[in-house]
Amino acid sequence: MRNSLFQKTLLTVLGWGIALVMFFPIFWMFLTGFKSELDAVSTPPHLFFHPTLQSYVEVQGRANYFRFAMNSVVISVGGTVLALILAIPAAYVMAFFPTSRTRGTLLWMLSTKMLPPVGVLIPIYLLMRSSGLLDTRTGLILVYMLMNLPIVVWMLFTFFKEVPRDILEAGRMDGAGRLGELRHVLLPLSLPGVASTGLLSLILCWNEAFWSLNLTSSNAAPLTAFIASFSSPEGLFFGKLSAASTLAVAPILIFGWLSQRQLVRGLTFGAVK
Amino acid sequence: MATLALRDVRKSYANHEAIKGISLDVEDREFVVFVGPSGCGKSTLLRMIAGLEEISSGDLLIDGKRMNDVGPAQRELAMVFQSYALYPHMTVAQNMGFALKLAGVKTEERNAKVAEAARILQLEPYLDRKPGQLSGGQRQRVAIGRSIVRNPKIFLFDEPLSNLDAALRGQMRIELAHLHEQLNATMIYVTHDQIEAMTMADKIVVLHAGRVEQVGSPLELYHHPRNVFVAGFMGSPRMNLLSGTITSMDASGATIAAPGGISVTVPVSPEGLGGTGSPVTLGIRPEHLSVDPNGSIAGHALIAERLGGLTLLHVELQDKTMLVVQTDGADATKVHQPVRLTISPAHAHVFGADGLAAGHFERHPLTV
Repeated sequence: MRNSLFQKTLLTVLGWGIALVMFFPIFWMFLTGFKSELDAVSTPPHLFFHPTLQSYVEVQGRANYFRFAMNSVVISVGGTVLALILAIPAAYVMAFFPTSRTRGTLLWMLSTKMLPPVGVLIPIYLLMRSSGLLDTRTGLILVYMLMNLPIVVWMLFTFFKEVPRDILEAGRMDGAGRLGELRHVLLPLSLPGVASTGLLSLILCWNEAFWSLNLTSSNAAPLTAFIASFSSPEGLFFGKLSAASTLAVAPILIFGWLSQRQLVRGLTFGAVK
Repeated sequence: MATLALRDVRKSYANHEAIKGISLDVEDREFVVFVGPSGCGKSTLLRMIAGLEEISSGDLLIDGKRMNDVGPAQRELAMVFQSYALYPHMTVAQNMGFALKLAGVKTEERNAKVAEAARILQLEPYLDRKPGQLSGGQRQRVAIGRSIVRNPKIFLFDEPLSNLDAALRGQMRIELAHLHEQLNATMIYVTHDQIEAMTMADKIVVLHAGRVEQVGSPLELYHHPRNVFVAGFMGSPRMNLLSGTITSMDASGATIAAPGGISVTVPVSPEGLGGTGSPVTLGIRPEHLSVDPNGSIAGHALIAERLGGLTLLHVELQDKTMLVVQTDGADATKVHQPVRLTISPAHAHVFGADGLAAGHFERHPLTV
């Protein structure tokens, strides 16, 4: 009993410790956004300071935050929805009608994630340019969809595998047909899984910087490009950089916090059932 | 209400054949049971009939029409799965009405049919519950209700009782038999439990390694098994099977000598048994052996399984041969006590070297 209490305490302390270490940079960034540039760079750092919105005002004055944010929303949602539309039928077939090549196909899909993106930057850039998709939302949506497709298929495959085959067959006997089977039986049953897959894809799209920086300039630039535009041109202004970063991560942070329960449930679905 | 026929139906996978050419007729309103040990292909055969597995070759006829390439729903069959396979996200009423909803049946008509099925199965109080809130027996009833509602040509059952406890299984057996009476429907039922097969079937199909071993009424299989496999599989406790040789053959039957000093003249025709000295298998059901102080077979009791109404004695003969004997519940034989046994020769079976049974001169009256 004493041992388990000790373990419990240790785990709690450890958990809090790790959480604090992970949370601290974000917290510090949040604070710095409300400091004046002078306070922001002072060493030792001031824990108490006069909060000011000056950085935010300047950030908004130099770049239209809402345009970038709208791009981020459209591209993330678009890429995620498109990936789900393609991945659901793929995962369904692989989970319920596997052939001898299914395992290999899945591994091959995952292996594409091991390729460094820079390796395909030039071909993709040229493809985008020749098809007129450079600096368009459509272009980024396509790239994000392709980028996340392997993970989305894998996750959905795992969730679909949990659904007993008999239930789908019962649907088939009842006359559901392939689409009806998906719509009335499989998707409602694996909804937590589909939701958490979608959420993960959304977060990955939102945070993606490499492709968005390389394939957009102004029209389709999402929030990652917005932050980047504050990092280099005129030295480091930590106040403005922090304010811009806070603005960029805030929506997905709030969104992730609200959907936390769903996300955790989805990600641990198979493990704790 | 329908008939079903299989004509040399086969199922082959890449490197083996699971169903090796089965031909079978199921009459209208018949209760047919597929029985066999696990891996014999009985579930595969049922799934082929249902349309969930492709038929590699041969014909499946329902009401005389070839149905091989017709989708599962269009075959107008209903299936009850071993795991019940209820839709966990739907209520009992929705589960039962799902097929009708997909078929575009109007809400009022649908509700009426669901209510009727719920009445037959005593599910009325549970219509608004989800399957997760029901007991095993209730879920089983919902699964049956789901098939009743569709008014199918044929009901298919895939080991529907194997997830229930023994008491409930007995009860559901009666209910299913009753339901068969009530609905007057053609039913095909798969089980590995020969008691379910014996108690419910009009016709039993014994399957073994993808082949039909025998088709017949329960008593036909019990009294006149076609071969050693059926003899050993049907009947509980199992038939005693002893290897012996023919010592003589005449008009009264074949006289067999078996280990443990057994010598018995069984009234069977000598056809197919080979001549005197040929090896045969002698089969005697435990209920056709009895404890008799004047019996010719001597041994001693090793184990006595006392079931109350009857007792199963496991007797070891002098040469270590084991026999199971079914005696009266009041039988006083004690373990390790010497015991003498008699065989009822008319009920014994003789199987030739090829495993096929020699025909009895007289058929059992209930199987004529």
